[in-house]
This record gives sequence, structure tokens and C-alpha cells, in this order.
Amino acid sequence: MVRLIGILVGIFFSGWLLVSLAVGFFTWASEPKVETAEHVFHEHPKALHLASDGPFGHFDLQQVQRGYKVYKEVCSACHSLRHVAFRDLEQLGYTEAQVKAEAATWMVPGIDPVTGEDTMRAALPTDYFPKPYPNDVAARAANNNAIPPDLSLMAKARHNGDAYVYSLLTGYQEQPAELLEEFPEAKTPDGLHYNPYFPNLNLAMAQPLMDGQVDFDDGSPNDLDSMSQDLAAFLVWTAEPTLAKRHATGWPVVLFLLIATVLAYLAYRNVWRNEKH
Amino acid sequence: MAEATIDNTAVADGDEGGVRRRDFIEIAAVSFGGVGALATLYPLISQMAPSKDVLAESSTEVDISAIQPGQAVKAVFRKQPLFVRRLTEKEIAAANAVDVGSLRDPKTLAEMTKEGHEDMLITMGVCTHLGCVPLGAGEGEVKGEFGGYFCPCHGSHYDTAARIRKGPAPTNLEVPEYEYTSDTTVKVG
Amino acid sequence: MSFPWANHYQPTNPLMKWMDEKLPLPRFVYNAIGAGYPVPRNLNYWWNFGVLAGFCLMIQIVTGIILAMHYAPNALVAFDSTEHIMRDVNWGWMMRYAHANGASAFFVVVYTHIFRGFLFSSYKAPREMIWLLGVVIFLLMMATAFMGYVLPWGQMSFWGAKVITGLFGAIPLVGEPLQVWLLGGFAPDNAALNRFFSLHFLLPFVILGVVILHIWALHIPGSSNPTGVEVKQESDTVPFHPYYTAKDGFGLAAFLVIYTAFVFFMPNALGHPDNYIPANPLSTPAHIVPEWYFWPFYAILRAFTFDFFFVPAKLLGVLAMFAAILVWFFLPWLDTSPVRSARYRPLLRKFIWFGFVPCMAALFYLGGAPAEEPYVMFSQLAAAYYFAHFLIILPIVSMIEKTKPLPNSITDAVLAKNGEAAAE
Repeated sequence: MVRLIGILVGIFFSGWLLVSLAVGFFTWASEPKVETAEHVFHEHPKALHLASDGPFGHFDLQQVQRGYKVYKEVCSACHSLRHVAFRDLEQLGYTEAQVKAEAATWMVPGIDPVTGEDTMRAALPTDYFPKPYPNDVAARAANNNAIPPDLSLMAKARHNGDAYVYSLLTGYQEQPAELLEEFPEAKTPDGLHYNPYFPNLNLAMAQPLMDGQVDFDDGSPNDLDSMSQDLAAFLVWTAEPTLAKRHATGWPVVLFLLIATVLAYLAYRNVWRNEKH
Repeated sequence: MAEATIDNTAVADGDEGGVRRRDFIEIAAVSFGGVGALATLYPLISQMAPSKDVLAESSTEVDISAIQPGQAVKAVFRKQPLFVRRLTEKEIAAANAVDVGSLRDPKTLAEMTKEGHEDMLITMGVCTHLGCVPLGAGEGEVKGEFGGYFCPCHGSHYDTAARIRKGPAPTNLEVPEYEYTSDTTVKVG
Repeated sequence: MSFPWANHYQPTNPLMKWMDEKLPLPRFVYNAIGAGYPVPRNLNYWWNFGVLAGFCLMIQIVTGIILAMHYAPNALVAFDSTEHIMRDVNWGWMMRYAHANGASAFFVVVYTHIFRGFLFSSYKAPREMIWLLGVVIFLLMMATAFMGYVLPWGQMSFWGAKVITGLFGAIPLVGEPLQVWLLGGFAPDNAALNRFFSLHFLLPFVILGVVILHIWALHIPGSSNPTGVEVKQESDTVPFHPYYTAKDGFGLAAFLVIYTAFVFFMPNALGHPDNYIPANPLSTPAHIVPEWYFWPFYAILRAFTFDFFFVPAKLLGVLAMFAAILVWFFLPWLDTSPVRSARYRPLLRKFIWFGFVPCMAALFYLGGAPAEEPYVMFSQLAAAYYFAHFLIILPIVSMIEKTKPLPNSITDAVLAKNGEAAAE
């Protein structure tokens, strides 16, 4: 009985799937294929190599510090960094006093200790990076109806996030003539900007970073490409400040377990030495 | 098959070197397991210690310029109340008149305050008995029999130098580590 | 049941003797996983995965309890508290990655364990109850994993909760009220998050309880073995300890190497980047997929694209998805072959390795692929084979197959493998 019902259920499910398959195939084969501009012109991120890559990766603190400067002088005008506190900057090699001085250059919302009114005060190391807009509505209103996303986790919130950031920053260009020829209706709308590394090719953010826009104290190169890499390195750090510690912990653990595995294998053979199996 | 034969021979011959080597392998494997298990305990235990954001709040700055003699403010230090009190001349005199040797926790007023700021009594607002917050820092609160602080939970009385005088508390109110960063600002912790 | 030749617990230490009289816990352990449990001597590495699955459950419970000490199940702060764990809590990043990858490891191990069951027909009498309890454990694991994935309250968490509870909306008449009841609202929000947290904490202990029943049921007939021939004599078995504790110790160490490599060096490889974006009820990610371990069933769900008369395609997909697992409950009665192990069932063996395995591989791949052609057509083909395999091929093959001769006993099989003539 179980088998009979089973076979009938099986015939029903499998049969209907095969019918669907046949109909689906017929539709698929007979209908013309429609290509879209995103499908043809979207590009995967350019290759980017950072010190944090790979199982031995750790942060190049000089580069991350430069990236922080780019964030502070350029990105922070529109993008928040809400999971990062000023105290975290100590991990970049700044002293406690430097972090305190750096925090004090930022203003965060506070209340007047006498009247209780909303006011702005200098940030303390325990404060988190301030939001550039008080709320989403303000952010939308100021940015052509697009909310600038928070950047703290950007490097983990996109596939290959660091390379994505780097490619996006360096990828602004004129819309290719072939695209307009092939897909005339896909012309970049007013107020948007063409970038082949953005999933739907047109984004609200205008090119934010230009050659020479930020000056580094140590005279490090400040062309667009170098600064974009620095910023990507900074965002890898903001996304996962514990990355270097993770790698440093992982190696002893894995090596210990490898030795343990060899020993466990020898012990297993040893226990079984007189037993056939 | 060959392997089994060889092993059997070794055991039969009582090859002590072989036996010891085999025991060693088993002991080593079990020890590795033990060491690994113990090492795993370390993160499992230390995750309960204060996290980085909690540790980052371990110092507090207090502005003392607005505190008048006889007044006290409650600040927060490590999520606990901190009493900052400017003593009156009378309170200072009362504190200094006590025979220090007769106290449960002998300290002079000078030892409870910082040099040059003997009128600023800065202590934790945590009773040393079981951790309640004593009264006496707020306006109009009971100050106890000795004019300092009074803990209503189990009736500990502290004097104007925050020294325990009566009741179950074993020691004076705790004086946290602090320093004057300017004449009007105190950094605690 | 225990074999008459099983070792008996004889405490020598006075403390253990005293303990044995008052509460015979050491005796219980001795008979369950100690020298008092005789196990077939011919178990191969497929048999390592049961112990590994138990170990994974322990990893999940320990790391999960720790995460619950720091996590806040409230829609306003859930995402931030997860980041708090990652950044500020001592070793919090390790706990979370161990838990997230632990879920994947648990499913890898359990899928392997289940496949061992298919390959050696471990579900057949007298072990039906072990198998049924195992399927219950698997269903509970799926529910637990789904609710756990909602907790970080990222984009994938939110949309996963919405889509999966939406499946219940396909049920005629009661569907929509049921969905609203499950969520405690019209979309996933605080009510849903909070109850998912509560249940995600509860269910692992329910799983633990069913695991204990699973092992209890196992000890009644004793472990199966690769030949499928039952234990007949003392020479067929070895005591669990030290023989299988040593072998499981090796398996465990090897497993831990791979597992920790993921935790420390590619902790996000099996996750989805969109879950690092906070939940946004107003914007669905471009490509939503569940976690990889649900992909075969997700592929089956999406394979149904046409209504069957009055039954809408959506409902068919939901029914088929649940049926895909429920069919496992009936395996002991669908498979009527007198022989267990696929080693001696050449036709079934071919269907498993050349039909079922490629079918599952395809379903795993297709469940994670976008819902567009040609992927849908391939999932229809693979899903059709899936149902045919269990419901049509297995019953028919088990009736008509000409099986190979079985060895007389496990001892004979072992001796033959070692190139010696049978001792008798």
C-alpha cells in the first residue's frame, strides 16, 4: 500500500515537473532572448591587492591611516561610519592622546548641560563617528533621492567588497557609444552617473574623488588610483577590525590541529594494530 | 596482513622499545586533546570579561567649578554613582576633630582627598557593605548621625570624610583613582 | 539489547563502586559509548559522521549560549548588537564565526550521515526507528537554522523570514491568517524576531533530546555495518572503546582542521554579503537565496512553474518541498529488498552514484542560482529525478534486482578483504 501510494505520488510530482519542463523549454526556445544593458555592460571589479588579503593578511597601517584621511575629508560629508568609534583609531597606531585630539576635530550631537537643548559638542574617544544627516529623509532630500549607505561594513556587504569600492571610485566614465547604439533607451538619466562597476550601471553619486584632492603629510602619492586603494584598505579595516587577530590566532590553531590529527591517526592505527577490519 | 603479522610478532617478543613508543603515541594524542580542550576554555571564559566599549568608558571627567560648599553632585563612573562634595569649614573641622586611631578604617581627611583640594571629597557612591547607594549627596537627603552619608539598606553611617563610623560596612567609601587636570576639572579613572 | 559477549562494567575504585550503587551513570556511559558496547569491526569512515554530528551540536549549543549572552533580540538593536559581538566582545568575532560556520559544518556532516543511510540502507528493519528519529532531527535542524539566520537582522535575515513564512501563505484558506500569526504582524518585525530568538534557543535542546532517543534506539539492534549482514558472533565485533573512540578521535581532529580553517581564514565564504546590510523592509536584495544547506529544497520549491488544474504552482512547490523530506520517513517500507548494503545491490548502487548523486549536486547548484532560464529547466529535470528515485526507482529496483551473494558473517567479509580464507 505504501509502495503503491508512493509510486503514484512519485509519478504525479515527477510527471508534472517533466510537463513543466517541456512547456518551459518550448517557451524558452521559441521566445526571442531579450538582453539588457546591465547584463552586457556590467563589469566585475578590477583586481585589487591589499596587505589584508589571504590567510597571512594583516593591515598596512600607513595605508589605512591614509584611507582614514580620505574618508574624513571626502566621504564623511555624505556617508556615515556608524559601527566605528573614535577609540578604535588607536588600532591604527595612533596614541591615546592623538585619538583624543582627532576625536575633538569632529562634532557630534549632544545636549546643553544647563538648558538641555540639542547642541553640538566636540567628540570624545568613546563616541561613534557622527551621521552626516539627522535621518533618512534628510539624507534622501540632500542626495537626489538616494540615501548614501553607511560605509562601516561596505567591504563585507558586497561581493569582493574592497575591489568593488576601488573599482567604483576609479570607474566613472562617459557612457560608451556602443551601449547607446545597442540600447538607446538605457541612456543615463539626468542626475545619475554612469559607472560600469555599479550593478545597474547608473548611480546617484557623482565621482566623489579626484586626482590630488587629499594631501598626505608624508607625501604619499595622491592620484585617484592610489587614494581609492587607500580608502578600500580603510574600509576593509572598518568592516572587520579583528581581521589581523583572526589570522594570527588561526595559524597556531590550525597547525596544532594538524599535528593532533597526525597523532590521532597514529594512535588509531596503534589501537587497531592487532585487529583486522 | 603483513603489518598485522609484524605487530603481533613485536608484542609476542615483548619488544619493550616498541611498546613504549606505542604508549607514547597514545599518551601524546590524548594529551593533545586535553591541551586543545583547555585552550578552548580560554576564549569561552574571557568573553564574559568587560568588552572594549565598556572598558573605553572607564574614565570620566567632572567639572567641579559650580559646586558650592555644602553641595554635592552625583556623577557616573563605570556605571556607578560617584559623589563629588565640597565640604564646608564646619564639616572639615568636624572631620579633623575625630581621633583617627579609634576608627574602623583609620584614615585622615587629608588621606581621603588630594593635596590643595582638602575641601573636595570625591568618593564612590557605593556602600562598602553590600553595594547600595548611600543617601546624603542629594539636596535634602538624610546624612546620617555623623553628617556625611547614610546607607538606608542596612544602616551604615559615614562621616564628613566618608569614613565608616557606625553600622555593618567594613571600610570607608572607596576613593577612586583621580587627578585634577585643571583647577576646575577632575579626571576619574 | 546487548550481545552476550559484551564487557561488563566492573568498577574497582571504591568511589566508583559507591557511585555505581547510588547512580549508575558511569555504567551507563560504559555501556553506551565505552568498552561495554560491541560494535561491528568493519565500520568504515562513513560511520564517523554520527559522532561528528553530535560534536557539531555541542559546538552550536556552547557558542550559541555565549552569543545569547551578548545578543539583543530587538529589531532596533539586533544588527548593532551583532556588530558589537564582532568588534567589542572579547573573542566575540570567533564565537560568531564559529557558530555561523558551525551551522554549515553541522549540515555537511548530517548530509553525509544521511547519505550513508541511503548507501547502506541503514533505514531498513530493524533500524526503522533510528531512521525516523533521524529525519525528525533533520527537520528540527532546518527549523533551527532558519530561525538562527534571521537573528542578525540583516537584509537576508529579513527577506528570508518574509519569503519562508510566505510559503505558509500558499496553504488554501488558512494560509494568510497563519502567516500573520507566525510573524505576529503583517511583515517580519520585532514580534517575529523575538519569537524566533526564543525558539532558536529552545529547539537545540529539543534536538538534543531527540538525539538521545536516536542513540538509545541505535543501541537496541546495535550499529549497522558496510556489509549489511547482522552481527552473529563475538569475532564480528570490537568494543566501542578503545577501538572506535580512537577512530572517532582521528575523524574529529581531521574535521576540526577543516572547520577551523573556515572559521579563521574564510569565515564569510558560505554566507551572503547582503546580510551585512541592515534589514530594510522597503528594498529587496537583487538576488535572494537561503543559506546553502537549503538549496536543494529551494530548487524543488522553485521548479514548479505551472498550476495543476485548481492547485496553484506556488502551493505545489511548497507541497513538493515538504514532500521531498517527508518521503524519507517512508523509505523503510518503500525499499523491500532483503539485502541492505548497496555493495551487494549493483543496480541500486548505479542509480545512487550515477542518478541520485548528480541529481543532488545539480539541486545544490541550482538552488543557489538565479530564478531564470536555463536554471529552472535543469531544476525541473533534477527534481523530477529526485522524486522518481525515491518513489519509483527504489521500490521497483528493490523488487526486481538480482543481488550479489552476501558473506556469511562480518568476520568472513573482513578475512576475505584481508586476503585470508575464512577461518572456519
